[in-house]
Amino acid sequence: MSGENQSVEQPTYRVVGTRPIRPDGVDKVTGRAIFGADVRLSGMLYGRVLRSPHAHARIKSIDTSAAEALPGVKAVITGRDFPDPQNKVAASGEGTVNLRSLAHNCIARDKVLYFGHAVAAVAATTPNLAEEALKLIRVEYEPLPVVLDVLEAMRPDAPLLHEDLRTNEMGQRSERPSNVANHTRHERGDVEKAFAEAAVVVEREFRTSMVHQGYIEPQNGTVLWNADGQISVWCSTQAPFDERSQIAEILDVPVSKIKLTPAEIGGGFGGKLSVYLEPLAAMLSKKAGHKPVQMVMNRAEVLAATGPTSGSCIRVKMGADRNGCIVAAQAWMAYEAGAFPGSPVDAGAGVIFAPYRIPNVRIDAYDVVVNKPRAGAYRAPGGTNAAFASESVIDELAEQLGIDPLEFRILNGAKEGDRRADGPVYRRIGFIEAAQAAQAHPHYSAPLAPSRLDPTGKNPAIKRGRGVAAGFWFNWGGKSSAWASLNPDGTVSLIEGSPDIGGSRASIAMQLAESLGVRFEDVKPAVVDTDSVGYNDATGGSRVTFGTGWVAYRLGQKLKQQLKERAALLWDVSPEQVQVEAGMFSCNGHRITIQELAAKMHETGGPIVAGDTFESEEYGPGFGVHIVDLEVDTETGKVQILRYTAAQDVGRAIHPSYVEGQLQGGVAQGIGWALNEEYVYDADGHLLNASFLDYRIPTALDLPMIDTVLVEVPNPGHPYGVRGVGETPIVPPAGAVANAIYHATGVRMTTLPMSPARILEALGKV
Amino acid sequence: MSKTLVQARINGEEVAFVCEPNQTLLEVLRNTLGLTGTKEGCSNGNCGACNVILDGVLVNSCLVLAVEVAGKSVTTVEGIAGPNGLHPIQQKFLEHAALQCGICTPGFIVAAKALLDHNPHPTEEEARRWLAGNLCRCTGYDKIVRAVLAAAEVLQAAPAT
Amino acid sequence: MARVWIPALLRGMTGGQSEIEVAGQTVGELIDQLEVRYPGIRERLMDGDRLRPNIAVIIDGVRSRQGLRQPVNDTNEVHFVPAISGGCSEAHERSR
Ligand code: FES
Ligand code: FES
Repeated sequence: MSGENQSVEQPTYRVVGTRPIRPDGVDKVTGRAIFGADVRLSGMLYGRVLRSPHAHARIKSIDTSAAEALPGVKAVITGRDFPDPQNKVAASGEGTVNLRSLAHNCIARDKVLYFGHAVAAVAATTPNLAEEALKLIRVEYEPLPVVLDVLEAMRPDAPLLHEDLRTNEMGQRSERPSNVANHTRHERGDVEKAFAEAAVVVEREFRTSMVHQGYIEPQNGTVLWNADGQISVWCSTQAPFDERSQIAEILDVPVSKIKLTPAEIGGGFGGKLSVYLEPLAAMLSKKAGHKPVQMVMNRAEVLAATGPTSGSCIRVKMGADRNGCIVAAQAWMAYEAGAFPGSPVDAGAGVIFAPYRIPNVRIDAYDVVVNKPRAGAYRAPGGTNAAFASESVIDELAEQLGIDPLEFRILNGAKEGDRRADGPVYRRIGFIEAAQAAQAHPHYSAPLAPSRLDPTGKNPAIKRGRGVAAGFWFNWGGKSSAWASLNPDGTVSLIEGSPDIGGSRASIAMQLAESLGVRFEDVKPAVVDTDSVGYNDATGGSRVTFGTGWVAYRLGQKLKQQLKERAALLWDVSPEQVQVEAGMFSCNGHRITIQELAAKMHETGGPIVAGDTFESEEYGPGFGVHIVDLEVDTETGKVQILRYTAAQDVGRAIHPSYVEGQLQGGVAQGIGWALNEEYVYDADGHLLNASFLDYRIPTALDLPMIDTVLVEVPNPGHPYGVRGVGETPIVPPAGAVANAIYHATGVRMTTLPMSPARILEALGKV
Repeated sequence: MSKTLVQARINGEEVAFVCEPNQTLLEVLRNTLGLTGTKEGCSNGNCGACNVILDGVLVNSCLVLAVEVAGKSVTTVEGIAGPNGLHPIQQKFLEHAALQCGICTPGFIVAAKALLDHNPHPTEEEARRWLAGNLCRCTGYDKIVRAVLAAAEVLQAAPAT
Repeated sequence: MARVWIPALLRGMTGGQSEIEVAGQTVGELIDQLEVRYPGIRERLMDGDRLRPNIAVIIDGVRSRQGLRQPVNDTNEVHFVPAISGGCSEAHERSR
């Protein structure tokens, strides 16, 4: 296997830590699994969206009459068909959503704010007909000045996206309207004094481009607004319950009128936490006479109009004393939120210095609207750009001090009891352990990996180098609810509400199996609709294996308790006297298995069922440290990754294969972000690369095997020690790659992506 | 638009369908024939999610017109498993956890089948080159490549029919 | 008395003080006490009768789930920080 597993202590588990085949596996390798776009309903219509060709314009009029007259067209809608939600902030499980922004993002009202903004939609009997009908809709626009760059948008004379937007500074609104939606500051100690006294100070400015989550399955939604007012929704979502409330608010119907059935989901990475098509499909369904409507985006729409993550400008200054201790750190961060407020800049501010113990810190974070699509969450939102900046500066500090870059990070690494930059104290964390694991990995002491571009090793234009970087993510607990019922043959049906985006049916079922004392194969998990299980927060924030796993553990304990009671009844003893070990119940020489007890359940009191809901805040953050070897062709600017190792504190790996997979997938995305991916706009705000041909995500040929080291520092806040793992691994790669490029070429890259053109420019070759 | 009657062999069975001349094979597979295992990720030949094998050749079904398959043989992901169960490629994908969300999986399995049909003993580099037309955003490809190489070994020991 | 860390942008109201000892049994009472000493500070932290939705309370390194009702004791360290719940930028949407 590619990975290794380093455990601080290893209790004996029967199921946790094994690698069973996922319960939904066969359906997924045979093509049977039903993803959102695979839903088929009788009489289904197909919906398509008309999108703005302008990045910023007032809508003067929309004439839909010709489209409506086309035979086969069953409904046409515009923003006017929707109620206008107030500036209400909905508490949506994990946080808050400004419903007005969300509604106006789904379909524009008086103004379009980015290229691709939805302005109208059509439902027709075939997809092609719906597409034809779009061409018949006449929209009159009054183009407005466009602002695309975060720094330009911050200027006082910049064109305003929202005339009523004021800068919020911790509850205080600015007098004048602005594109700066929010400013946050963290400050501790005295940075000026510390910088003045530091032995070395490094200061740099970094720029990063907007990038997309790049899930392979486009957004989709199939909706039936029935004649009785009940609305059924099938879609691919990370957040069935939150999206249900979003749809209810946008349509202004009670949430109980909506049943959302999550289909299998083809990737999300944060991009499928909020609705785009579902409210439109619902309105089309109603207007078409209560017929089901299916809407599926094409790739160009996904790229132009669904949540990418922010481009940014980040200035970092750090200082260290002669002994190599970081004494001060300062960051100024401005993130593009896209058309509506809500960039992940505050999260970036939390990430930027998180792995280190720094006595004097100041961070300013600005959330800025620009004429680009509304930013959504993307795996460790805001983290990769932040760490690219800070990890580059840290590398430079280490170099100036003549200290090994991993040694420098360990020397300054945060431990339990140290303070985060924003103030709060860390509980048990595993940064040092992860960094030491990277340091001890053979990769770190091996010679540079051999060239792939130049196997002969004779081409002087090929330069190789090694880089390291660290990363942090907060993680999340969130609310989960689930049911478990014992079947008469001793197996357990597990009803959960967390969409399985990467194997979580397995990791949740494993925790129930461990807790109850049955085999993994004896747990049958099902992810169900919003009417069939209690509230669940999103599959996001690296929370499901932790949070829903907690519930699975508790369900196992509850079932076990009931089984003890049944055994006690059979033996006429008290339940406390019954011992249980790996599915075998015993007392005073009596022994009975779970299977036997299950077979007797109807004669001992009836069905054995448990339901539970739980939320824990003891999720504990994750830390990772990565090492990369790469080569740069200094003639072409091409960078080839040669070897990659990711070490991470994972708490406890429930299913190690899928934990390794999370690390490998995060690394791959981080490398794409580092080297190739970016939104390219012309001056008028037209997106120029809205296809997978031009928005290039890594292929199998671009990557080597990705080695993983799962460092297990058990999280005391979880019965099996689980920590979230999904997001941390996308944080270090850009910094690690930039540092390796420096060590290969002597040039510090300060802009993402580090594409061939940018590398050549930095090398002074163009 | 005038419709055309097309006869083809799909997953070993003679099939007849009616389509419009501008409909893609992908559309017909998914919407007319109900074979939704073949996925659509980009509709323009850049992701491989829609891979099928057409008369022994790996193609993106989003770039093939349905009328073009008249008289030809098409294998989709639904046709990979045999009557006795999963194909070794499918089995190795499961054992190696070579899928996370699974949306790219049908395309990879079909592409891997075509690879191993052509080249039963690919090196890692050959496998990566062949699979470069298939995008996976979840796995970083490590486990996919391992699964394909492991399936090659199994097939070498006991070729599947 | 609990130790309250004053967010950097509110230190103008506390004369630059960044850590303040405050008496109170709950987060809500701490804010009431702060308001007595630094009039206007409550409005910066609260929206009507609840915490601003984009502010989280962290007590001894763990985020509180009970908002204003969260009990505090004398040894607690209390922080008001931007609400970030991992993975979900929706958490950063702001009311205008
Ligand atoms: S859908 Fe055919 S290649 Fe992407
Ligand atoms: S497993 Fe999700 S895209 Fe490949």
